[in-house]
Amino acid sequence: MMTMFSHSRVRLVGPAVLALATSGCAPAILDPVGPVGAAEKTILLNSVGVMLCVVVPVIIATAVIGWWFRASNRRATYNPGFVYSGKLEVLVWAIPLLVILFLGGIAWIGAHDLDPAKPLKSPAKPLEVDVVSLDWKWLFIYPETGVASVNRLVLPVGRPVHFRLTSSSVMNAFFVPRLGSMIYTMNGMETQLNLQADRQGRFLGQSSQFSGDGFAGMRFETDVVSASEFAAWAARTKASGSVLDRATYTTLAKPAGNVAPHTYGAVAPTLFDDILMRAVDGPSVMPTHRDAPIPASTEKR
Amino acid sequence: MSAATTAAVHSGSDPYKIGHSDEQASQSTGHGEGGPASKRVVVGFGFWIFLLSDIVMFAAFFAAYAVLASATAGGPGPRQLFDLRNVQIETACLLLSSFSCGLATIAAERRHRVTTQVWLIVTGLLGACFLGLELREFSTMIGEGAGPQRSGFLSAFFALVGCHGVHVTAGLLWLGTMMAQLWFKGFKPHVLRRLLCFSLFWHALDIIWVALFTVVYILGVRP
Amino acid sequence: MLGKLSWAAIPFNEPIPLIVSIIMVLSVVGLLAFVALKGWVPYLWREWITSVDHKRVGVMYCLLALVMLLRGFSDAIMMRSQQALAYNAPGYLPPDHYNQVFSAHGTIMIFFVAMPFVVGLMNFVVPLQLGVRDVAFPTLNSVSFWMTASGMLLINLSLFIGNFARTGWLPYPPLSELAFSPDVGVDYYLWSLQISGIGTLLSGVNLVTTILKVRAPGMSYMRMPVFCWTSLASNLLIVAAFPILTATLAMLILDRYLGFHFFTNDLGGNPMMFVNLIWAWGHPEVYILILPAFGVFSEVISTFSSKPLFGYRSMVAATMAICVLSFMVWLHHFFTMGAGADVNAVFGVATMIIAVPTGVKIFNWLFTMYGGRVRFSVPMLWSLAFMVTFVIGGMTGVLMAVPPADFVLHNSLFLVAHFHNVIIGGVLFGAFAGYTYWFPKAFGFTLDERLGKAAFWCWLIGFYVAFMPLYVLGLMGMTRRMQHYDVAQWHPWLIVAAFGAAIIALGIGFQIAQLAWSIRTRDRRRDLTGDPWDGRSLEWATSSPPPIFNFAVLPDVHGEEAYWHIKERALGDQAMPDEPSYGEIEIPRNTPTGIITAFFATICGFALIWHIWWMVLLGFAGAFATFVLFAWRDNAEFVIGAAEVGRIDRERRAARAIRLPTREQIA
Repeated sequence: MMTMFSHSRVRLVGPAVLALATSGCAPAILDPVGPVGAAEKTILLNSVGVMLCVVVPVIIATAVIGWWFRASNRRATYNPGFVYSGKLEVLVWAIPLLVILFLGGIAWIGAHDLDPAKPLKSPAKPLEVDVVSLDWKWLFIYPETGVASVNRLVLPVGRPVHFRLTSSSVMNAFFVPRLGSMIYTMNGMETQLNLQADRQGRFLGQSSQFSGDGFAGMRFETDVVSASEFAAWAARTKASGSVLDRATYTTLAKPAGNVAPHTYGAVAPTLFDDILMRAVDGPSVMPTHRDAPIPASTEKR
Repeated sequence: MSAATTAAVHSGSDPYKIGHSDEQASQSTGHGEGGPASKRVVVGFGFWIFLLSDIVMFAAFFAAYAVLASATAGGPGPRQLFDLRNVQIETACLLLSSFSCGLATIAAERRHRVTTQVWLIVTGLLGACFLGLELREFSTMIGEGAGPQRSGFLSAFFALVGCHGVHVTAGLLWLGTMMAQLWFKGFKPHVLRRLLCFSLFWHALDIIWVALFTVVYILGVRP
Repeated sequence: MLGKLSWAAIPFNEPIPLIVSIIMVLSVVGLLAFVALKGWVPYLWREWITSVDHKRVGVMYCLLALVMLLRGFSDAIMMRSQQALAYNAPGYLPPDHYNQVFSAHGTIMIFFVAMPFVVGLMNFVVPLQLGVRDVAFPTLNSVSFWMTASGMLLINLSLFIGNFARTGWLPYPPLSELAFSPDVGVDYYLWSLQISGIGTLLSGVNLVTTILKVRAPGMSYMRMPVFCWTSLASNLLIVAAFPILTATLAMLILDRYLGFHFFTNDLGGNPMMFVNLIWAWGHPEVYILILPAFGVFSEVISTFSSKPLFGYRSMVAATMAICVLSFMVWLHHFFTMGAGADVNAVFGVATMIIAVPTGVKIFNWLFTMYGGRVRFSVPMLWSLAFMVTFVIGGMTGVLMAVPPADFVLHNSLFLVAHFHNVIIGGVLFGAFAGYTYWFPKAFGFTLDERLGKAAFWCWLIGFYVAFMPLYVLGLMGMTRRMQHYDVAQWHPWLIVAAFGAAIIALGIGFQIAQLAWSIRTRDRRRDLTGDPWDGRSLEWATSSPPPIFNFAVLPDVHGEEAYWHIKERALGDQAMPDEPSYGEIEIPRNTPTGIITAFFATICGFALIWHIWWMVLLGFAGAFATFVLFAWRDNAEFVIGAAEVGRIDRERRAARAIRLPTREQIA
């Protein structure tokens, strides 16, 4: 039967996903490493579970009703006068309404609890990271230690992180799937995000808002390390000597993709705020596709 | 096809000769029970729907203006730029032109060709005055460096007021065409229907202007 | 002299666009030459191009949609194959080309496949179901179609003269501003959509007026078929939402052409405002697409279950509720832009509320089948597949309406899977069901069932194989619009998805074969009575195809399912109803206004794109002159005499009388 066939195809994917989820090579969203992602996963699974309670019976009913009342089945009662039933109307409006009331509650509470700008509950003091999306790379500034990193985000485990984000040019979105929520970055605007990583490891980071020809190369690694390793990394970077001042930033902001990760030992103190206020030269016009391919940096990944 | 069968159901009712059954009035209300509405009703209603869509478009420009009203980017704002006396004269021109348009409609109802044309010309002249004053306002602002390229606020201002001005211009072109049709064809039914639509359009522009000068000019120069 | 246009606009140094362009130009020229040599031009001009008959206009809309489906689908094949190949590799489409492909794919599928398809179906069917002769404004109808065709032509020109936008199908600023998209791509997008948008808006005005003011005697609102209700809701949405699109695209045009600062980064522009405005249009747009599809399913499920639609009033209420609610949910397209918890929560809840009337409809369709006698012909198969597929897509939509879930799924392939789930499973399946269902009414013969079923199965299986992996990929964190990637975990799923696209391609192949074969062998499946499916609404009272005036005498309507009761009485009496008295009928004259206006609109649009200012003035003046010249005519109608009307109608009655079975014989 047609519906059972497609139904079975859908059914195949569900257990496959669950199997992967429990096997360790689970999809990133279903294998979060922090409290934000974990809460979002719970909401996701709960919502799907509640809705499946309606969706699965509806799919089964479609198949069964279609099959039982097929024209060739003379055992089925033909009742062309069955066109209205008050009781059924009440039921038919009530079921979706109840489901939506419940999910609406989850949506309301969840939207407030997991608002990106809301600080996380934690005894530890949040780490401050300022993020700038450029064409087509990510700049991470650590204002407390005065270092910066391009295309590599290093975070200490178990400590909440408070991000301030902006963009040098077009809209982008900062997203580390294993950590949870994403947030847009926009020129002249500051968005905020609060995340925390409770497990060490290397996690994929990317932009999830299309931003032009170099978009696919806007990847960055997120390395979550122990507190002592983080401090050591910060100290090493500080000693490295390269400086991120306005001139260096202007060069960095020029359109280029596939930029190899590198760091800066010193950052101009008000750089992020200057970028936010558009007090620093932004990138020049992106090259047209016919004039030149995306200018790649000389360093290969 | 069906009426004869319905004749059996409602004996004695209209056996398809006019197409209405007995309980429905022969004059169509437009609610469908009496059949398709008359051409005049259909054209008028359709044009109303179009006007509503046009008002939605203006609403989008109003919304953009509201968002960008404070985005002066360090440049001049409403209080530095707006000349309310000019706006008063523009408003008078436009409102009077609506009045003369109404007089033209009345004359058309009475089938007085000359009177109708006269009032239509007056409408056109008053509309042209409005446009002239508006263009002068625009060129003055641009000359002072307060053109639409200066800031988001000015972009929104020029677009909103300019959109209205473009509509007035289109209305004047339409008016000229209507006057020519009236001259050469007289009060044919389709000419009358188009005059109806034109007057609806012209009055709607008036209404939009009222909203416009309130939101943009009057609220703009508030301290 | 020629603005920005030069020989450099033609992609001589890019092999793929060049080859595709050559093929396209040769095909079009070849087709035109073939038509001319066969001597079909006078017939086409007289009967189709200058026609103001809603039936002809509707068919042309659907034809345009099917042709553009091929182009939009080729884009899809390119995207799937690129992503299947581009694991740790560049693939075969460089970024600037790939970005045009996905932008064109979305733009074409929404504006030049889905919209024309549903508008075409509504155009063809609504006047027939309302029991009247044509839409309220027949000439305007023709103009609307040709404006859409003009937009289609412009977007196809972008393939070989210049390039298309590289911003995605909604050109978010600042990326779409001149600073970051300096070439003509975004301009092609903007003018193509402004021109076809005018057509769509006018069509909306036309159909709203028709449904509200032009109905057969006795057809009150609650006696209209549900397809007419959904068409009303859809066209009300067009009238209310498309002006927002016009205004927003105009603002972007002003930014790009005259240096305004609506959405620029500097001098006070506000890119977030674009996002809000465009989605204030964008969300109603998807309901514009799905509501007519819901209407098709109501008609098809009822007809092929041999049972009236269950819960008519409920369906009407649900339809109008969806119509109103669709304006209150737009922010769910950008929960992650940072509006704050309260705003996100309100829009999340509002979005979920829309799921309620939609759920009600699904239940009512189920109860329509319950107690019926279900026939599994092709339109019914599409409907059953829709019911299963759409609830899955709806579920994932409600899921993403929960803001925290959206925070991790926004712009991922999960989102892409969701909207393809509801658009393909809802709009496209509905369009295919309607196409198959009303084809015999339009052309006088049914489509071949076996090829139709083959096409259906390929589409259904292909859809699931292509899009279920995308749900998984979204959960794996893969973002949309990626030209290449280096996550090994994603690769196998993208290969499966590409395979699914190939299965869909097979389905499309079957559809083309079905059409060709059905035309070849049409004599075997002639629809001689005009009622091949044992239909319930008034369009089935006419012959197939109906005469130009649809009904010789407008039917008197005395209840829901007007035609069903007439038919039951005739079958019971074993006699046709009495012959009515015929009168003469006024028919609106054909006119070339539509195509000529569209010709000048295309010139104007092309000139605007390439900054050829003298040509802009020429195009504009030409369009205005056309309008004035057309408006000057005095003789807008011609008359068909009563004798001729009677002759045509008697043929119809005779064809029916010969084949008057009993109700038991049909059932």
